Amino acid sequence: MRRSIFKAIAICATVFSASIASAETFTFTAIPDADESRLNERFGKVADYLTEQLGVDVKYIPVKSYPAAITAFRNDQVQLAWFGGLSGVQARELVEGSEAIAQGYEDQFFKTYIIANAATNLIPREEFPVALEGKTFTFGSKGSTSGRLMPEFYIRENTGKSPEELFSRVGFSGDHSRTIALVESGAYDLGAVNYSVWDIELGLGKIDQSKVNVIWTTPTYPDYQWTIRGDVNARYGEGFKAKVTEALLNMKDEDLLASFPRKSFVPASNSDYAPIYETGKSIGLID
Amino acid sequence: MPQTFSSSVLIKGISTGARLRRLSLFFSLIAIAFLFVADIHLYTPDPWQELSRIGLGLVTPYWPNASELGVSLLYTVSFALLAVSGAAIIGMLLAMWYHWRVVRVLAAAVRSVHEIFWGLMFMQIFGLSATTGLLAILIPFTGIFAKVFSEIFEQQPVTATSTFGKASRLSRFVYGWIPQAWPALASYTRYRFECALRSSAILGFIGLPTLGFHLETAFKQGDYSEAAAVLWLFLLLIASVRFWLKLRLLPVYLLLAVLALPEMPPVNASFIWQFFSQDIWPTALQDGDFNGTWEWVSRVGVNEVWPALWQTIAITQAALVLSGVLALMLYPLASRALVGRWSVLGRFKLLVLRSVPELMLAYVFMLLFGPSALPAILALALHNGGLIAFLLANSSEDANKRIGEGVPKGMMRFAYIDLPQRYPAFLAFLFYRWEVILRESAMMGVVGIATLGFYVDSAFEEIRFDKAFFLIVVAALLNICVDGLSRWLRARSGLKAPTL
Repeated sequence: MRRSIFKAIAICATVFSASIASAETFTFTAIPDADESRLNERFGKVADYLTEQLGVDVKYIPVKSYPAAITAFRNDQVQLAWFGGLSGVQARELVEGSEAIAQGYEDQFFKTYIIANAATNLIPREEFPVALEGKTFTFGSKGSTSGRLMPEFYIRENTGKSPEELFSRVGFSGDHSRTIALVESGAYDLGAVNYSVWDIELGLGKIDQSKVNVIWTTPTYPDYQWTIRGDVNARYGEGFKAKVTEALLNMKDEDLLASFPRKSFVPASNSDYAPIYETGKSIGLID
Repeated sequence: MPQTFSSSVLIKGISTGARLRRLSLFFSLIAIAFLFVADIHLYTPDPWQELSRIGLGLVTPYWPNASELGVSLLYTVSFALLAVSGAAIIGMLLAMWYHWRVVRVLAAAVRSVHEIFWGLMFMQIFGLSATTGLLAILIPFTGIFAKVFSEIFEQQPVTATSTFGKASRLSRFVYGWIPQAWPALASYTRYRFECALRSSAILGFIGLPTLGFHLETAFKQGDYSEAAAVLWLFLLLIASVRFWLKLRLLPVYLLLAVLALPEMPPVNASFIWQFFSQDIWPTALQDGDFNGTWEWVSRVGVNEVWPALWQTIAITQAALVLSGVLALMLYPLASRALVGRWSVLGRFKLLVLRSVPELMLAYVFMLLFGPSALPAILALALHNGGLIAFLLANSSEDANKRIGEGVPKGMMRFAYIDLPQRYPAFLAFLFYRWEVILRESAMMGVVGIATLGFYVDSAFEEIRFDKAFFLIVVAALLNICVDGLSRWLRARSGLKAPTL
């Protein structure tokens, strides 16, 4: 009898201490630019890696969209996030002291492809194609850097017109893979797509180049990055931010990196994203 | 159990045939006029490769990780069950005092905002949590329950309560109206549960862990076999509701639903305060700068609200009439009384139409016809037409149970008996869906149509909650107007007290 009481107390104590430990859980989120399937499974492995490296319990929560990721970051539901260029800038505006700590190797010189359906008879060229007037055009998701912000910026810069003025119709496909599918089918004449998604799908043989092709490539810009909240050192111990940065930069396992998908992570800082902030401001996406 | 909430309505109103004809004609003409205003354009894409991928996916459903799908199925059902139970109870209380204008306005206001937008707002406060999911369904559904329950009460004969003398309003309801109207109330709640399952699934589109989460991801990325697996599971869920949702098992289900909810992170009161005191108000207004505020309002008004208003109304009116036409064409095929055993096929078709999210229908139509208002109108019409046809088929079967031998069958019965009898209820259902179609037109940004909802969505994407809130209020006011107009038209045309 007495033993079972002790047992019950022990169980309660374990449960209680577990719940305390979970209050100290370090949570992150990530939306990869390509392949959003089985996020939990893939990023669960990243969480395991970080748990091992940081010595705290690390959890991953999946989100669906950039605004959702920003909200989770602002509300402290996540303390670390893999943001796109624009969403990272927006998030850091909202959370004082937050910092970009690492970016993908590829994100130092990211670019967007403008793709066209074959029926438009547009051919690939170096300078910005002029004969876009009156065509239909689809961006990716509204808050995407590569699918919206940068292509819109270059369209405005090269034509002096907003997309709505230049094109007969402007849509938002919501996703890079879908942009490709929509332009390939001819539902839209033109589209803007993240170069890495295009290259991956091309490599997998998913794209019929007799129907859709790249006609122009934007200049390079910085994109995805890891952003961390400013208060993590106070909450998880001195030097925690540096430890997280180090763990990310030292992530060498190709299986883990493939989830993002990036070759490796390199150091980054808030100032790297000043061009994105300025661009966002100039086209009115940031106040 | 006495069937459906609609049967009692049907016999009335036939004498008002001429008025109904005029009303139908009037709405059809408006819809045709709006077709010219609406942003319709026909492109000729080459969709067959993508469509064949979709088709192949539909017949080869596949999901690699059954437990993942199982968990989101559990969340979908739990959210729906708990939210509907809560909404039915609060809605019932509001229905008792529905003669108060403040209650009516409150109910109209909360149901005029789409679940997705409630979800997006609560997400700012409660994050991606069970609270967000529950409230996003519970709040608009409460408004709907309040309205419909009050109409069910209105429709009851006064006999039971006239003997109550000076009893309080509460006891008159508890001992009189509610028991008397119980079959209609229960039947309507059951129907709402199906709607809640759909809403719960759709909330996955904005990131809650329900079936829609996986459905949207898979569909978006072109993993059509995986999308089909989720879709089939969802259809199965909707189709099986009538077999497992029993009143006496409800307490057990509710308990299980509470246990199944995902963990709720602690709510930080400062976020709630910040959201209501700062986020949703334009900066100029917070600074007390009224000129600046007016400038802001007129800029949003001219650039976004005004053009969007027209697109929204045009799509809604066209989709409304087309929904009606489709419903009249489809319902006889699903009524056992009219087509016999073949009704199983028709029922299945309606199940598919009303369960597949409009967004997906719009995508398929966009592949076929290119981006314009057309795919949006077709998607809304198919979805809502399917739903109205389902309700009509139910009432047709129900009414025909009472018809004796010797009446004509098949086409003859449809054209000369069933259709004329159904018509008043049909118009009533259609008017009820009016405000729903208006809300749903919000979801059509993907086809390049800038409706009000398109701008609301953009404002959330741009983290401009002040603009989102303003646009939601405008959309809500439009919704309240449409709701009032439909109430007035129904009353005027003698479409009295249909209960849906």
